[in-house]
Amino acid sequence: MDIIRVKNYEEPPFDKGEILRYMGCRQASSQTMDLIDLCIAEIKDKLSYKVCFRSMSMEEFLVLGKNKKVPFGSSALCANLDGCISVIIFAATIGIGIDRLINRYSRISPSKALCFQAIGAERIESLCNLFNKELKEKKVKEGGLLLRPRFSPGYGDFPLSVQKEFFRLLECPRKIGLTLNDSLLMSPSKSVTAVIGIYDRICNEKTAARSPRYEVENTGCNACPKADCEFRRK
Amino acid sequence: MKITDYMKNNLVILDGGMGTLLQEAGLSAGEHPEMWNLSHPKVIKKIHLDYFDAGSNIINTNTFGANSLKFSPSHLDKIVKAAVANAVSARDESKAPQEKFVALDIGPCGKLLKPYGDFDFEDAVELFAQIVRAGDIPGVDLIFIETMSDSYETKAALLAAKENSDLPVFVSNAYGEDGKLMTGADPAAMVALIEGMGADAVGANCSLEPKQLRGVITELLANASIPVLLKPNAGIPREIDGRAVYSTLPDEFASDLKEAVTAGVRLIGGCCGTDPEYIKKIKQATEGMIPVPVTDKNISCVSSYTHAVSFGFAPVLIGERINPTGKKRFKQALIENDMDYILQEGINQQEKGVHVLDVNVGLPDIDEEAVLSRSVFELQSVTDLPLQIDTADAAAMEKALRLYNGKAMINSVSGKESSMEKIFPLVKKYGGLVVALTLDDDGIPDTAEGRVAIARRILARASEYGISKKNIIFDTLTMTVSAAPGAACETLKALEIIKNELGCHTSLGVSNVSFGLPGRDMINGTFFACALEKGLSAAIMNPYSAEMMKTYYSFRALHNMDENCGEYIDFAEKNPLQPAGKNSGSAEFSTTGENSNTELSGLQRAIAKGLKDKAGELTQAMLDEGLDPMNIIQDEIIFALDVVGAGFEAKKIYLPQLLMSAEAAKASFERIKAIMTSDTSVDRFPVVIATVHGDIHDIGKNIVKLLLENYGFKVIDLGKDVPPEDIAAAVIENHAPAAGLSALMTTTVPAMEETISLLRKQAPWCKIIVGGAVLNKEYASRIGADKYAKDAMETVRYTDGIK
Repeated sequence: MDIIRVKNYEEPPFDKGEILRYMGCRQASSQTMDLIDLCIAEIKDKLSYKVCFRSMSMEEFLVLGKNKKVPFGSSALCANLDGCISVIIFAATIGIGIDRLINRYSRISPSKALCFQAIGAERIESLCNLFNKELKEKKVKEGGLLLRPRFSPGYGDFPLSVQKEFFRLLECPRKIGLTLNDSLLMSPSKSVTAVIGIYDRICNEKTAARSPRYEVENTGCNACPKADCEFRRK
Repeated sequence: MKITDYMKNNLVILDGGMGTLLQEAGLSAGEHPEMWNLSHPKVIKKIHLDYFDAGSNIINTNTFGANSLKFSPSHLDKIVKAAVANAVSARDESKAPQEKFVALDIGPCGKLLKPYGDFDFEDAVELFAQIVRAGDIPGVDLIFIETMSDSYETKAALLAAKENSDLPVFVSNAYGEDGKLMTGADPAAMVALIEGMGADAVGANCSLEPKQLRGVITELLANASIPVLLKPNAGIPREIDGRAVYSTLPDEFASDLKEAVTAGVRLIGGCCGTDPEYIKKIKQATEGMIPVPVTDKNISCVSSYTHAVSFGFAPVLIGERINPTGKKRFKQALIENDMDYILQEGINQQEKGVHVLDVNVGLPDIDEEAVLSRSVFELQSVTDLPLQIDTADAAAMEKALRLYNGKAMINSVSGKESSMEKIFPLVKKYGGLVVALTLDDDGIPDTAEGRVAIARRILARASEYGISKKNIIFDTLTMTVSAAPGAACETLKALEIIKNELGCHTSLGVSNVSFGLPGRDMINGTFFACALEKGLSAAIMNPYSAEMMKTYYSFRALHNMDENCGEYIDFAEKNPLQPAGKNSGSAEFSTTGENSNTELSGLQRAIAKGLKDKAGELTQAMLDEGLDPMNIIQDEIIFALDVVGAGFEAKKIYLPQLLMSAEAAKASFERIKAIMTSDTSVDRFPVVIATVHGDIHDIGKNIVKLLLENYGFKVIDLGKDVPPEDIAAAVIENHAPAAGLSALMTTTVPAMEETISLLRKQAPWCKIIVGGAVLNKEYASRIGADKYAKDAMETVRYTDGIK
């Protein structure tokens, strides 16, 4: 098992389309766009972008998952990691500043609270995307290795209780100031933990054929069975 | 020798990292290092011994993560005692010549405290108290609280140490690259808190390498009147052959620390990635250096969980509006437990530019202890301003000071012996800057000299409690000038003497001066200017008063406290001398509109477009014209909301717009409520709402609340994480015809079900509406709810149909 590494990122660019989607808006009025701009201005300098991560071999991950074939008894995760040679587990957070704003405005202006909620969701996803992109570039350079989509405790049948294992291995409180509540939710709330499978296209013919398609068909909204979700991407 | 004596005249060498060394000795990833005190005592002892032999004066026990969240109480006790035994036996065995001490190490508990996490402050105090009680045994010389990245948790640990032990305490925080703790506190705020509570050293450790901590150290040294410690990481780890190798090597590390000692740091060591080699090098590099003496920085300040506010530079404005005296609407809010109203007052004053908020919730027949501490806690979850806790009830004061996250301002103590006996021990224990009123058992002296004499007595008495004069700020008491001519002169003279002869800061409640006079604002503003010119440090004042704010901004510009008059210009531009005619803006508004809304009246359109201020102004204008409030509500507010609501239901407009309209409607309601008395209340029947037990998500619930209020329902909001019995009790007490329950997580649906069955038993008349991300219609009927509402509008429509 590799050591725990910590990375601080610069602010990723804001994606207002995503913010609107998280606010439940299919179309934006000018007032809504003004609200978003106002909130983005207020959020400046109140966020930090931190990730801690650790890589391990597939064997080590299976030991951790207490199952020789199906880690943590999750068949969804097992399908996601099929053919992988190693994994990276990571935790990412944008810090407590966003929770402060959401809390403040949920008491006095629910419209702003909703907007900050959406911005927080967009921010943490952008941070994860940035981390993934960097990792992908690095792995490609290291010899044609490819990444599976990130998979978080709580997705499908991957138990949320695995959070405890992730937190133990990543020392999240000390490394990036991320803590776990009794209900297995994280504080700061705009945070993500996930595992990313790494596979070698050249060495594994069998999975190679499946993998590109897998990536397209099983990422983001496509991977989720809830078809009537308001936030589903069309 | 005691460590407190040794550190007076010597540079103190601390130890280095433990974790890296344990991993090299075979500790596996994710294993608790504290277990090794029992399973591998020899390894632990050897590490301690190596540090003593490298030159450490103080080594920390291997108890960083030893707490009751990880270990059972008896196991914890064993681990801590074994850790102490390992450290003490290393000291006994070491032949190194220097003075040697053992510190009981306390690290963060790994959970975030409420309101952002789920760990209660008092539970955190108890968690740390267990470690202190287990570890305060012979052989231990001090308690070392380290790597804390949250000010509130730091306070919990320090309080636990102080309440359960007489040992000296060092407190060290982990600062990020932005020079702040993870939860936002800067070094000045941490010094205010830690020094205020009587720690023996303050400092920084972990997270960064020495060079990155330079800024933090400069700040600590500039603010602390106690010794400063530094225990940085050896840089960033890289992996080489399966081993973590750190980027700052021992020689560079030692030279950086030598530089820190030159700057004034008096205790040095290392954290992650450092080993005995590093300690040997810093010992060599600083051999023979005489540490810079610790001086009293003489800073009078208060702090919040982010920053400190100092007195004696620019004037400090203390907002007085959180106080029920003479405010009907505020009293009503207190009686109805309407916390949001109080929070809004706090936020409004912050937006007006105050630096500190006074918090007074004293009313007859109110449980002041409970309401005050709840107000303090909730205010700290929406504003980062330091608070001035204002109560005559000593028990309420203590509870609020205990829960306060930072160093509070305390309002107040007086020259009465009974007052000093009650308040000074609280100042000593919890830290704080206390407002001292210059009156005693004989009342308020007429002359300035009389008040100064009382001030001297207060200072003398405070010093017997170990409270220095920098933590006392005198209020020389503003008297009503219309009743006692010349009184203002005495007040001003007293504050001048106190400032110049006693060297203390002063504060005044300015507004008293104008009682009984017309145009109070004018004379208040001028009195404020006079007092500032005499050297007043702070004022308890009304930030909505244009005259007071004019004086404040002008004074700062005139006294070179406002670079390029920037803030003055900004203020002046927003507050032109000749305000436009009262209704001109609204007239223009009601004639120019957009096509889609032309059939709406001015107020209706303001609400439909979500213009909060405009809606409030237009409502006020209608009230001033004598329109019937009930008509305004029905014909204007509800009408506009129905238009918006229908658009929302038809998916023509979306949630953010609905909410902005609802907030505008609320602004209208506030104007109407302000003129209502209890017999002319506009409320419809009560509705109890809550987020169920175990769930902390309340955005959805708050949206429902806002809309229900818009439609005139009296909403009793119990907040989040509410036990079933509390919800049932509130429904019974108010005989509420409807209750709304919210849950976001699958794990809390059982709590919702439990609440419903309790309500069915105890309040069978009550209709139960449920909502939240995890629910749907089928699920809602399965757990016995009357109604599943998919959004806030549906809740309103259903509730509307109940009676």
